[in-house]
Amino acid sequence: MSVTVALSALESDALTELVNIGVSRAAAALRKMVGSEVLLSVPSIEVITQHEASALIGEREAGEMVAVRQDFTGAFSGRALLIFPQAHTLELVRAVIGEDTTPEDVIGMEQEALAEIGNVILNGCLGTMANMLRQSLTMTLPSVFHATGATLFSVPNETAPTGMVLFLYINFAILGRDIRGYIAMVLDMASVLALKLLVARFIDSVMSDGAEFG
Amino acid sequence: MTITVLIVDDSKLARIVAGKTVTSLQPDWRRVEAANAEEALARIAQGGVDLALLDFNMPGRDGLDLAAEIRALHPSMPLAVITANVQDEVVMRARAAGAAFVSKPLTEEGLRGFLSGASLQLRKAG
Repeated sequence: MSVTVALSALESDALTELVNIGVSRAAAALRKMVGSEVLLSVPSIEVITQHEASALIGEREAGEMVAVRQDFTGAFSGRALLIFPQAHTLELVRAVIGEDTTPEDVIGMEQEALAEIGNVILNGCLGTMANMLRQSLTMTLPSVFHATGATLFSVPNETAPTGMVLFLYINFAILGRDIRGYIAMVLDMASVLALKLLVARFIDSVMSDGAEFG
Repeated sequence: MTITVLIVDDSKLARIVAGKTVTSLQPDWRRVEAANAEEALARIAQGGVDLALLDFNMPGRDGLDLAAEIRALHPSMPLAVITANVQDEVVMRARAAGAAFVSKPLTEEGLRGFLSGASLQLRKAG
């Protein structure tokens, strides 16, 4: 299904731009943690089933994945995920806590460090978006879980796994290191309608007084 | 001489915002738009573009590559790269291409310095 079923072309454009700004800021925060440049793709936004969302990641990633998840509630609700191939997580943790850390310590700190990295990125991204929409969102604490593509995307307040969701994702890599991953957001269709209204209002405010973007 | 500013961004909304911000600061300037690097280079090749505002994260060539390419063709054209991506490397690459760095979300305050500088530079060059 095309995203235009749920959002007008300009709404989709505006939402993509909001995500882009949120993720760009989050990347700057991640860069401070890892000390190397974070490379970002252009955001992709689609209305698809959760099954298709899983397949999108599954196509690129055959192996086990590790994800940090934070659910958000407020004017719109959904789930934000920071996803890495499992093979890359220790390298990421090492990049954050320091090269001189022993392998045992890296493994010992993996969960905690990933939760903190997820918190910085996902909060940064959603916080920026919420601010620009002049809304506040409540976020759960980050939780780290292991999954395959097939089990990554189940939506809070369960709709059927075959239900349509708004799926936003961006892939990133860290220059000079074997680290890559995805930032994804999943919203069920009820939240998409709420978000659509906020985005429409945001566009109106930009069009009317325009000078301040956010 | 009317000054013409080229606004390059893949987001239509971001182009509208940039256009409105430019107009509120420099009401007499003419604005032209491009949605990607190819369009931007084609528009510049037509002539008449005095300065350019470039989004960083675009499909195809990004705004930093575009800045470097424009710089090679037009050594003195004022350029600004506009992004929320404030990583040191991005800022440094912008500077290396001789482009100003302006952060998103774009505000009058954020853009004022670049436009004022560009305006003076263009008048001086006459």
